[in-house]
Amino acid sequence: MRVNLQEQKSTASSSLLKKNVRKFMRNKLAVIGLFVVVLMTIACIIGAIAGVDYNTPVLTEMKKAPGNGHLFGTDTIGRDLFARVLIGGCYSILIGVFCAVLSSVIGAVLGAVAGFFGGKTDAILVRVSEIFQAFPQLVLVMMLVAIVNKRGLTNLLFIFVVTGWMTTFRMVRNEYMSLKGETYVKVCEAFGMSGNNIMFKQILPNVMSPIIVSTTTNVAFFILQEASLSFIGLGVADSTPTWGNILNAAKSISIVTDQWWIWVFPGLAISLFVLAINFLGDGLRDVLDAKQQ
Amino acid sequence: MTTDKKEVIFRIKDLRTWFPITKGMFKKVVGHVKAVDGVSLDVYRGETIGIVGESGCGKSTFGKTAMMLEKPTSGEVLYCYDGEFKDITKFNKEEMFEFRKKVQMVFQDPYSALNPQKKIYSSFEEPLKVHGMTDQKEREATMEKVLKMVNIQPDYLMRYPHEFSGGQRQRLCIARALEVMPEVLICDEPVSALDVSIQAQVLNLMKEIQKEMNLTYLFIAHDLSVVQYMSDRIVVMYLGKIVEIADSTALYEEPLHPYTKALLSAIPVADIHIKKERQILEGEVPSPIHKPNGCPFHNRCPKCMEICKTKEPDMVHYGAEGHMVACHLYKNEEMDGEKEA
Amino acid sequence: MDTREIILDVKNLNTSFISDQKEIKIVKDVSFQLKRGKTLAVVGESGCGKSVTMNSIMRFTGKNAIVKADNIQYNALRGDKIEEYHLEQIDKPNGAKMRALRGADLSMVFQDPMSSLNPVYKVGDQVAEGLLQHNKGMTKAQAREKVLTMFKKLGIPDPEERINCYPHQFSGGMKQRVVIAIAMICNPELIICDEPTTALDVTIQAQIMDLLKELQVKEGKSIILITHNMGLVAEMADEVCVMYMGRVVEFGSLEDIFDRTSHPYTKALLRSVPVLGLANGQKLETIPGSTPNPADLKAGCEFADRCPECTDKCRGKAIPTYEVSKGHLVRCVKYDTYPEVK
Repeated sequence: MRVNLQEQKSTASSSLLKKNVRKFMRNKLAVIGLFVVVLMTIACIIGAIAGVDYNTPVLTEMKKAPGNGHLFGTDTIGRDLFARVLIGGCYSILIGVFCAVLSSVIGAVLGAVAGFFGGKTDAILVRVSEIFQAFPQLVLVMMLVAIVNKRGLTNLLFIFVVTGWMTTFRMVRNEYMSLKGETYVKVCEAFGMSGNNIMFKQILPNVMSPIIVSTTTNVAFFILQEASLSFIGLGVADSTPTWGNILNAAKSISIVTDQWWIWVFPGLAISLFVLAINFLGDGLRDVLDAKQQ
Repeated sequence: MTTDKKEVIFRIKDLRTWFPITKGMFKKVVGHVKAVDGVSLDVYRGETIGIVGESGCGKSTFGKTAMMLEKPTSGEVLYCYDGEFKDITKFNKEEMFEFRKKVQMVFQDPYSALNPQKKIYSSFEEPLKVHGMTDQKEREATMEKVLKMVNIQPDYLMRYPHEFSGGQRQRLCIARALEVMPEVLICDEPVSALDVSIQAQVLNLMKEIQKEMNLTYLFIAHDLSVVQYMSDRIVVMYLGKIVEIADSTALYEEPLHPYTKALLSAIPVADIHIKKERQILEGEVPSPIHKPNGCPFHNRCPKCMEICKTKEPDMVHYGAEGHMVACHLYKNEEMDGEKEA
Repeated sequence: MDTREIILDVKNLNTSFISDQKEIKIVKDVSFQLKRGKTLAVVGESGCGKSVTMNSIMRFTGKNAIVKADNIQYNALRGDKIEEYHLEQIDKPNGAKMRALRGADLSMVFQDPMSSLNPVYKVGDQVAEGLLQHNKGMTKAQAREKVLTMFKKLGIPDPEERINCYPHQFSGGMKQRVVIAIAMICNPELIICDEPTTALDVTIQAQIMDLLKELQVKEGKSIILITHNMGLVAEMADEVCVMYMGRVVEFGSLEDIFDRTSHPYTKALLRSVPVLGLANGQKLETIPGSTPNPADLKAGCEFADRCPECTDKCRGKAIPTYEVSKGHLVRCVKYDTYPEVK
């Protein structure tokens, strides 16, 4: 029976996986989204590994239009834009993924605790999340910059995580509140299983799908946040290229009208990536949503 | 059936489960839903005791409180450990954990009783792991054994719950509850979510398992005919109280309480030659928040007397042995009172 | 056909749903007739297609459904004239023609009274809605008067106050009375009750059934009662239609079904339900297996795999319907000596 069971184990899970993959493949937009996301990420990583030169200003090559050895042209001080977009992508994607994952983890754990235990624990956590919610992110960033007196990547990551976990928190909390009433949770209680076991081993798998979906879309959200903060000069220090930082260089009217490539390419990179992520998220939602299965 | 020779396994004394109703920001308690309001009951080893009543009568809450899935507001639940009674409401965590192996529950909805994200295998394995069965071979042997009892092939373990029909799921749920070799099984509406053609399968299976394992059943259902089929004794509940306890045949042949009579007459009979006189109760069950004074049933009772409106009736013995009823129409047998007013 | 006697005539109704690009047949060749002023009970387990049949007649099926029928004829009695409607020929399921019939001639009571009422409107307004819809020029005051009379007739206490209440202020049984009031307010001839008491307690069920019976006796309504409870059938019905996996397996009068039960499925259904007063130790009969998935049915009798009397003849080819006595139709090869019904 042992061998038999193990065999069955693998076939059962692979058939479910196959079904999900098939469902995902049928959603054309999601497949395109996944393709674009993977492609752009790999391109950025390859760029970083290859060590493209993104930081040496070549004054003779200032504001060169695309072509002639510069695929995307050069920026105001003659740095190769293609290299900058690649490296900027690394940072932007890193910021997006890191913040999204970390804030999801924090939100999920707190949400699980609040939703599962309810009562006072829940009331306190909800109030805390509301306080964070009410805090304007921008002011917080400015405050931190003023306090640390330095614009840096860590600052930004910290602020994003601290101010970004509430949506996941509330979603996970609501899921837990409703799943807590499911019969299988009662069954576990009847077997005397501990709260931790029920919370993370039994209920969590059922909440995983919405968490994964919201993490995916949060990646896009944080990339946009970073871009807008960097654009107004509050984001990462100028020395580190991010998509937002590159855009920052394109603030003047003359560049907007005359050197279109300086803002079009990083802008395009942001839009494309964010759009692709959102398509991907929608596709995942279709596949993972238990209510549709 | 003589009850005094039998061994009591569960003794419930004046059990109350009230749920507070809170209002406002500071969660001020403004009232209570008196779901279970003073229930005393002895359950004997090896019997099936049926608990019947309409929705909102507190039968489910009673079942949950009896195994401490709900905390009682007051009262005692004594469980027999080798002839010695221990009050499980005062158990600490470890004692409670051990008690979980004695009493298990089968729930109403087989569709949500199995974790949809987990294979049957892991849903079955977890309770055994938690209860200290560390050897995987032993666990699998146990799982195989209980699955055999409910006539499900062991290789179905690798499937997900959605691949099973309602009847199969309920059989799986029963099997899982049996894994820890309980003595008492509390069944909360185990067949009401199933199709009529499947109900008989599950009911008969439960009877077979009971014989095999010498189980005690607390069988909770709203359908009196199902309860009567399954039970040795029947408890009729109304608004959180027991109104009548009797052997199942006695309850059917000689119901005493007006509510029991009405309940019996309300059940449609699948026989076109029996034209029974229908006694239709007026009104509906009052809210368990604002219970009427006196007898909880008096505002719907066709035989309501003055005393019913003010004084709550006590449980009295009447008629056959073990037949008890809470109604002013009946006095204790010894007093040789007149039958019906 | 006597259009005066028969109010609803359904012939070879087929309904299928498109799911996952596949066509799944849910209702197959269903035919029945309902006599005026009588009750027809449609019995079957969940998934047997009884609700879909009624929804197909009322044209309530969604966009992914395909409804085909040789005939769905409704004979309305207008004064002493009979007006024939062919529902299968009405092309727009929600067009003016169909809407004119719904409520005024054919109406429906659904299973769950809790979700049948709109929680944000007063119940009186919800009942009056249908009246105002079907009677142009009726004032609100007149409608209110009618609603009050209806509430009184249905035994809703203090109708003057209750008319201004919201659904959440009503108990389950009272809500179902309101739902029945909505169905009855335009004085329809045919009421389809889809499991009207399944969500209610037995004592409340008895009240509601009593009410329906009274309406029928007093006002001569025709009722189709969908249920899975054989007890209710025995009490309410004049004729019974037993369905299994989308097909009518047995059709006949109450006596035919209960005294001369013919189809193995009907027999099993009657014997597998616990009844009161079963002797101690007496065992219930069980129907083995479970209902098959409508997406992968084999040819032949749908019940064959669970049937105790199954033979080779049951499998492979389509099963015809036989008339074992007048008006008593059985779809089972056991009766192949009897005349076949087309």
